[in-house]
Amino acid sequence: MSLSLDEVRHIAKLARLELAAGDAEATQAKLNGIFGLIEEMQAVDTDGVEPMSHPQELAQRLRDDAVSESDRRAAYQAVAPQTEAGLYLVPKVIE
Amino acid sequence: MSRTDWEVVIGLEIHTQLNTQSKIFSGASTAFGAEPNAQACAVDIALPGVLPVLNKGAVERAIRFGLAIGATVAPKSIFARKNYFYPDLPKGYQISQYELPVVQGGQITLQVPDGKGGAYEKVVNLTRAHLEEDAGKSLHEDFHGMTGIDLNRAGTPLLEIVSEPDMRSSAEAVAYAKALHALVRWIDICDGNMQEGSFRCDANVSVRPRGQAEFGTRREIKNLNSFRFLQQAIDYEIQWQIELIEDGGKVQQATVLFDADTGETRAMRSKEDAHDYRYFPDPDLLPLVIDSAWIERVRGELPELPEALSARFQGEYGLSAYDATTLTASREVAQFYLDTVAAAGTANAKTCANWVMGDLAARLNKAELDITASPVSALQLAGLVQRIADNTISNAIAKKVFEALWNKEGGDDANAADTVIEAQGLKQVTDSGAIEAIIDEVLAANQKSVEEFRAGKEKAFNALVGQCMKASKGKANPAQVNELLKKKLG
Repeated sequence: MSLSLDEVRHIAKLARLELAAGDAEATQAKLNGIFGLIEEMQAVDTDGVEPMSHPQELAQRLRDDAVSESDRRAAYQAVAPQTEAGLYLVPKVIE
Repeated sequence: MSRTDWEVVIGLEIHTQLNTQSKIFSGASTAFGAEPNAQACAVDIALPGVLPVLNKGAVERAIRFGLAIGATVAPKSIFARKNYFYPDLPKGYQISQYELPVVQGGQITLQVPDGKGGAYEKVVNLTRAHLEEDAGKSLHEDFHGMTGIDLNRAGTPLLEIVSEPDMRSSAEAVAYAKALHALVRWIDICDGNMQEGSFRCDANVSVRPRGQAEFGTRREIKNLNSFRFLQQAIDYEIQWQIELIEDGGKVQQATVLFDADTGETRAMRSKEDAHDYRYFPDPDLLPLVIDSAWIERVRGELPELPEALSARFQGEYGLSAYDATTLTASREVAQFYLDTVAAAGTANAKTCANWVMGDLAARLNKAELDITASPVSALQLAGLVQRIADNTISNAIAKKVFEALWNKEGGDDANAADTVIEAQGLKQVTDSGAIEAIIDEVLAANQKSVEEFRAGKEKAFNALVGQCMKASKGKANPAQVNELLKKKLG
C-alpha cells in the first residue's frame, strides 16, 4: 500500500505537525519507503507465531501501592509559561 | 409504528476509579480534594524523560473484579497508547489497554424492577474491563480568556468496564449500573462516590424495528454521574431516535452530552478525527504478567459475593429473590442483616428481613443516615424481633418500641427493647382473665354493636375487636381477643 498526499496531511494534522510547502511530498516518499519495508515483512509466513508487544521477553515490574511523591508544585510551576491559583493556564479549550 | 414496535439496545461503559493510595503509574497521592496540582508529580505532568511504573494495587483490584464476575483474568495483557491532544492529558496520549485487556468476558445477574412491584432476573454479559489512567480537570472559569488545568486527577487508576449491548430498556441499564456499583464497593476496589466522579457511566443507545437482526446506529451519551440522569438521558435519547427515524431521518453515529437542566441530549460539536486514536503498544511498559498463584491468592481473599449470599438468604432463610437482592445491595446492609439474624435466631430470619428493609430502612432514609450509623444496632433490633416472636409484644406495639429505640430511650445495650417494654409497660396482656374483663366492659358499653353482630353484621365484630384493643391500650394479644370475643358472642 502507499499513502496519498491527503493521508500524509491528515497524519500530520493528528500529530499537530505543520508541514511546510514541499514537506508533504518529501514525507510521503519517506513514509512509503517504510510501508514498502512492512510489505516485505508481511510476505513472511507467521502462522502460529505469537505477536510480540515488546522487543524484550520480559514482564512488567510492579511497584507497591504507596505514596512516594511529595508536593513539588512550586518547582514545576516555576518553569511553566503561565499559572494562577495553583493551576496551569493554557489557551482556552471548550467543547 | 407504535413505541412497542421498536426495540431498544443499550450497552454501558463504566469508568470506576480504583481506591488505591497512589496513582497507576506514579507514586503521587490519589486523595480527593487536595490543592490544585499539589498531587501532580513529574510523571503525571509528563516532564521529559519520566517513565511509568505500574502500581501492583491497581492490578490486584482488576483481578478481584475479574474473579467477582467470573471472567478470564488474562495471564498476559498489554498497555497501549491512545493518542489525542487535550491539555488535561499532557503526554498527548492516555495509557490504556486495547488489544489484550486484563479482564475478558464475565457476567452479572440482576433483578430488574418490573414496574409492578415485582422484579425479573436478567443476565448481562461483559465484554471486558481494562486498566487505564484518568485525565486531569479543565476549569473553564475566566482566567483572562484562558483555561486552568488541575492535574491532580491525572494518573488516577481507572478500571473501564464494558458491557455487551445486552440491555433492552433504561430500567435494565439502571439496574445493571446499580448492580455494578454495589459490586465494586462490595469487593472494595472503588469507593463508588458518584459526586466525586469515582463511578461514571457512558451509555451506547440505539433502536431497531422489533425483529430486525442488525443493530441500529448508536449514539454514545457521555459522562452520566447519577442513576437518575442515566435513566433520563436514555429515555430522552430513545424517544429522540424513534421520532427521527419515523420522520424519515437517519441516526448519525455521534457522541452526545446530557443536559440535566433541560433533560435533553445534544450532540457535541463533532471534532473531526476525534476517534482516530492510533492505538499502539506503549514501548515504556512491558507486558503485564499475572501468574495463577497470584490469582488464587486474590480468590482466597475475596469476601462472599452478593450473588452467593443472596442465594444463601433464599435457601437458608427462605427469603424471596427480591428480598434477598435488596438485603445484599451493599455489604453494610448485608452485614447488619446477618448480625441481626445471628442474634435473633434463624427461625426469625424473615421477620428480621422485614424490619431491616421496612421500618429501619424507611427511618434511615428519612434521617439520611447510612446503616452503619443506625441509632438502633443489629443486636437491639434482634432483641425487638425476639419479643415479637415470643408474644411479649404485638407488631403494632413493636413499632412504638422501635421508635423508642431510635430515640435511644432504651440506652445503648443489646437488651434496650426489654428496657423500653418494661419502663413503658408495653408488655402484651395474654392473661385470659384480664382480657375477658376488658371484653366484658367493652360489650357492656357497646350494646348496639353487639346487636348488630347478632343481626348478622360481620363488620360489627371488627369494631368490637378494635374497641377491646383500644381499651387495652393496644397491649391485649389480638389473637386472644378474637378468640375470646367469639366465644362470648357465640
